[in-house]
Parts: sequence; C-alpha cells; structure tokens
Amino acid sequence: MTQQVAERELTMSRAMVEAIKQEMDANEEVFVMGEDVADYGGIFSSTTGLLDEFGRDRVMDVPISETAFIGAAVGAAQAGMRPIAELMFVDFFGVAMDQIYNQMAKNTYMSGGGVSVPMVLMTAVGGTYSDAGQHSQTLYGTFAHLPGMKVVVPSTAYDAKGLMHSAIRDDDPVVFMFHKRLMGLGWMPSPEGPKTDVPEEPYTIPFGQADIKREGADATVVTLGLHVHRACEAARELADEGIETEIIDLRTLVPFDTKTVVDSVRKTGRLIVVDEDYRSFGLTGEVITRVAEHALDDLEEVRRLAIPDVPIPYARPLETAINPSAKQIADAIRDTQ
Amino acid sequence: MPSVTELKEMYENMVTARYYEERLQEEYLEGKQPAFDISAGPIPGELHLAAGHEASGAGVCQHLRDDDTVTGPHRPHHIAIAKGVDLNKMTAEIFGRETGLCKGKGGHMHLFDSTKNFACSGIIAQGCPTAVGAALAAKKRGLDSVAVAFLGEGAIDQGGFFESLNLAQVQQLPVVFVIEDNDWAISMPKDRVTDVKDGSMRAKGHGMPGERIDSNDAIAVYEAAKEAVSRARNGNGPTLLEVQVHRHMGHFMGDAEAYRPDDEIERIKKLDPIPRLEKDLLNEGVEQSELDEIRTRSHERVDEAIAWAKEQPEPEPHEALEDVFHNPPEEWVEAANMAAAQEGDD
Ligand SMILES: Cc1ncc(C[n+]2csc(CCOP(=O)(O)OP(=O)(O)O)c2C)c(N)n1
Repeated sequence: MTQQVAERELTMSRAMVEAIKQEMDANEEVFVMGEDVADYGGIFSSTTGLLDEFGRDRVMDVPISETAFIGAAVGAAQAGMRPIAELMFVDFFGVAMDQIYNQMAKNTYMSGGGVSVPMVLMTAVGGTYSDAGQHSQTLYGTFAHLPGMKVVVPSTAYDAKGLMHSAIRDDDPVVFMFHKRLMGLGWMPSPEGPKTDVPEEPYTIPFGQADIKREGADATVVTLGLHVHRACEAARELADEGIETEIIDLRTLVPFDTKTVVDSVRKTGRLIVVDEDYRSFGLTGEVITRVAEHALDDLEEVRRLAIPDVPIPYARPLETAINPSAKQIADAIRDTQ
Repeated sequence: MPSVTELKEMYENMVTARYYEERLQEEYLEGKQPAFDISAGPIPGELHLAAGHEASGAGVCQHLRDDDTVTGPHRPHHIAIAKGVDLNKMTAEIFGRETGLCKGKGGHMHLFDSTKNFACSGIIAQGCPTAVGAALAAKKRGLDSVAVAFLGEGAIDQGGFFESLNLAQVQQLPVVFVIEDNDWAISMPKDRVTDVKDGSMRAKGHGMPGERIDSNDAIAVYEAAKEAVSRARNGNGPTLLEVQVHRHMGHFMGDAEAYRPDDEIERIKKLDPIPRLEKDLLNEGVEQSELDEIRTRSHERVDEAIAWAKEQPEPEPHEALEDVFHNPPEEWVEAANMAAAQEGDD
C-alpha cells in the first residue's frame, strides 16, 4: 500500500485542487485555463477556490473554443510554461482532437526532441448518471492508444493528489482523467473508497506504478477509475465465500505497469479485466495481450468486462445493463474458479 | 406583422413551452429533494430549461414547414415544441421510456424526430454543420426547403460555427443561423469571452446578411426570420440572426448560480416575452378569455403528455444493443439475440 499516515480525509476533488494550488504557489509558470474554471470552480469542482487565490490571470475562463485554448496550452507549454487546460467532459475531445493528438502528443517526436510540451490536459470521464452518449464516455483507450501522451486515471484522493503533482512537474503532456462519480460532489454521491487520508505537504506518485488494492491468491482483477471501487465491493462479497481476489488499480495507462499485472497473474492464474471503456480494440484487449505475452503458461482463465461497443444510452435500465456492475464482476470472478 | 392567427399560434407555442418546463422542473426535482442527487428521481440525467428563450423558437419556426430542418442546441424544448415535435413522444424520451422519440437512447439533450426534421445535440455548435448539410441536400435536389441552426451566444466562438457560415455562404445554401443570446454560457458572462457585443456582426466577415433583434420580442423575431427564411427559400443564401433572450434559471437544474448578480433575475423577468406578446394580442383585439382558453388548452396538453409518458414502459436492458447500426453485421445480430434470450430466461 502506498498510503501514508495522515489525519485529514479529503474528497478527490479537494485533493486535486490542493495539488494544483501547491504547484501554482511553487511555480509562476503554472496556470489553469478552461470553460467555467474561474467563478464556477470547474463543473466537477476541479478548480474550486483557485480564482480567489490566484486571480484571473492565472485562472482563466476561456471562450467555448477547445481547438483554440487547448492549442494555446500546447503553444504556451512549448514556450516553457506549464499550463493546465481543462476539457470539461472528455467527450468534447472531438472538436479539438487535432490539437490534442497531432500537436500536443506529436510535437516532441516530430521535432526530433527539439521541443517539449509540459502541459496537463485534465478532463472528466464516466457515466452512471444517465447523461447519454455525448457526456458519459471514458475513452481511456483512445488517448492511451495514440502515442505521445501520458495517461493518468486516479481512483482515490491520495492518488489524485500525488499523480497531479507528478503530472504538473512532468515535461511531457499528461492527460489527467478524473471520474465524475469519484470526485465527492454533493450532487453526485461517490461510492465508499475515493475519499481518503491525504497528507498536506506535496508528494508525487511516479507514473507506471500500479497499486495493489487488495491481495489475494485466487484471481486477479485489473481495473481503474470507478471500477476499482466496484471490484473492491465484489471482492468483499467473494471473501465471505472463501475466494480471495487480488485487485490491481492501474492508475496510469501510459506508462503501463506490466510487471505488477503479470506477477499477479503468475500467482493466481486467473485474469479478469474490468473497464468502463468500449470493449473492442481497447484496454481490456491490451491488458490480456500483455499477460499472454509474458505469462501465457500461467494463464488458466480470462474474462473481460467492458462496455459492449455501443454508445452510452440514456435510460437507466440501458445504461445500467452495459456498465459493468459489482455483481457482474463478482460473477465473472466466480466463473473463473 | 404576423396575422392574428399567427400571433395566436406563436402564443400557444410559447405558453406550452413555458408550462412544459415548469412541469418538467417539478418532476425532475421529485426524489432530488432535500438533497440534490443528479441520478435520483423520475427524470434521468441533466436538464437544461429554456424559460425566457421562447420568443426565438416561436418567432422563427412560425415560418417553417415539416420538410424544413431544424437543429437545436442542448436547451431544445421551446424550439422542438415550435417545430411541432410530438409532445408525448418527446416527454417519454425525457423520462427515458421505450416509446420515447429515441427509445430512451438519447434523452432531453439529444432529441431526434425524423418526421419533423428536428434534431439537437449536446456538443456545442455541432448542429451547424449538419444544418448546412440539410440545406445542401435541398439545393442539390432542387427543393425549396430550408434549414435553421439554433445555437447559444457562447457557442459562436466554436470553430464549427465559423466553418459552417463560410461553407453556407460560399455555396449560397438555404440556411438560417439563429443565435440565442442569453448573456451567459454556464457561468461565463459574454463580455469575458468576446469583445463583439452583437454576434450577428460576425456575418459581415463572411459576406452574409446579419441582424440582431435586441428585444426579447416574438414579433420582432417573426419579422426578421420572415426575411431570412424567404431569402433562403428563394435561393438567395444564408442569414445570421441573433436574438436577445434571457435565462430565467440556472444553466442546468441543480446549478446554484453563485456567479450570477442577485438583481439580474428580477430585471430580466420584467423582460419576459410571454406577457409582452399577451399585450400585443390584446392590442390586436383578441379577448382575454381567448388567451385564457389557449393557456388552458396548452396546459392540458402538457399534463396529458407527462401523464402518458410516465405510464410508458422502460426499455428492456438488451435493447441497449439495438440501433447501433442501421444494417447490423451478422455477428452483432447474434449477440443481441442472445442477450434478449438470456433476459427472457431470467
Ligand atoms: C464542445 C463543447 N464544449 C463545451 C460544452 C459544455 N457546455 C455545455 S452548454 C455550455 C454553455 C453554452 O452556452 P451558450 O451557447 O451561450 O448556450 P446557453 O446554455 O446559454 O443556452 C457549455 C460550455 C459542450 N457541451 N460542448
């Protein structure tokens, strides 16, 4: 466990904001821009209070023009500043994807290492509250698939703060994807789990280190974001039946911690990958392939749970059906025994 | 000047939209009080209401036919009602029911009615290019139908809007762009994100006619839209209109609006387009009793739509796998059939 002893519990949103504030205090070159990040404090409270602290020069509301302001973050980053740009919902990436994947993610490589792009693109992901197809995606696979961006997906307040410090200090573009359901918003209750103790002083969590949330010898669940908590719920249920589940929270997709995943499967022989992203050509396939490449002989059973390649529907019974539940995770684990 | 019949139709659309949203608001808050949880209650998801915007939908759509295309923004109800979208099916969609306009797949921000050529989208300004496409199809086929794209003043900073104006103008397509300027984009006031006070000025840069209607007045909208729609219908190209409207509520239900000056709501409620049109109707000699009848009739229609929608069944879980494709691959059909069969067994 990476968690340290501390006296304060924070929500994930408070922890993220604290990291941003501390980095802004420490470095004049860090600034935030996005829609509704100033007075509103971010629709999902990712920038609450920063305007009062730093003023409009460093906490900038911008026109609804993602191409312009995400591209501007790229330009400012190449000029040596450290912008944090917020894309309100990850689903809106489409209107600005050129700036994201042809500029932000490629300029380091295509300049032969001549420029670096030290920016954070933070964005809200995830469903479970009936916001339908254009506001509920996670798109982890899309961003991790395209080379040149580091991709971070915290599942607790402790991780959110440490990963945010690392993201802002990193010399490469980092896509920081926070799940709305985990932020601890008054209007969207979180499951048990994301609210954790968080040290006051700054600390970093290195990218590429998965977190073993729970140890177990009978099955390995590899997951991230909201589904870390759903998997933990499933594991608690199964423990009563005598099945011990190991849960791995990936925390970062790029870089990817192959070793922790492979070591666990070597021990358990059973792999269940759970993802809130689309099933095909994505994260689940990637994780299974890595395990197959390194530990094929140890792999006895494989299951994957993901969105079955349909846009996220609006009506509750439809959305619930396609988004892997704790019960479905428990069933899948049982099925491998 | 619209005829008295037209004035009454516009009035009916406006009071229907207003009451519809009042009723939706009530329903939406059920189960969300005292603690607001966005995922609780009978209406799922976000809800963006357009109280204070009704004049633009009614004044523009008064000139449209069923075969004309309208694309709306994420705040669509008043426009959908004025375009004649079936109120029952629209309501069932908002309640997430199987018999809704989109079988519960879209919800309030994503209404599609192919019989009325109405669609809306949650992605800012992205209805503009598809409206241009509808106009392009009409022109290529030699039809005299037109397309209207509605969007907010915050949306006109989006690239898709500029690109659409340019394409429509250079191809001389029958499109009308209608900006609803309510001074706010969620929490961002207009002057923080643009130095152009009159959004219709942006037409100039594209060599296109542009006009701003400063008052939240259905008749003024009607007049300006009449010219713009007939210009489009007669093959004389696109127009950009901007209408001053007001947002009576928060951006979405649950928005506490801490960013908004306290006295603003009081000020803008005095500029409500509905009492204004009422006064105009009375001046035209329409009896108060007739206005009351229209109001009563519209309220009944709304109440019936809501009651009907709530009786409709929710979709079955396996229906999530349907409609991804119009012509689904074989393996897809098999997977969907298996899911349906499994559900039957449960
Ligand atoms: C491409 C994109 N960026 C951001 C958003 C988030 N968003 C939804 S509504 C809105 C404000 C829209 O303001 P405006 O166009 O003025 O319309 P209004 O809500 O005032 O009617 C924003 C920023 C979005 N839906 N799509």
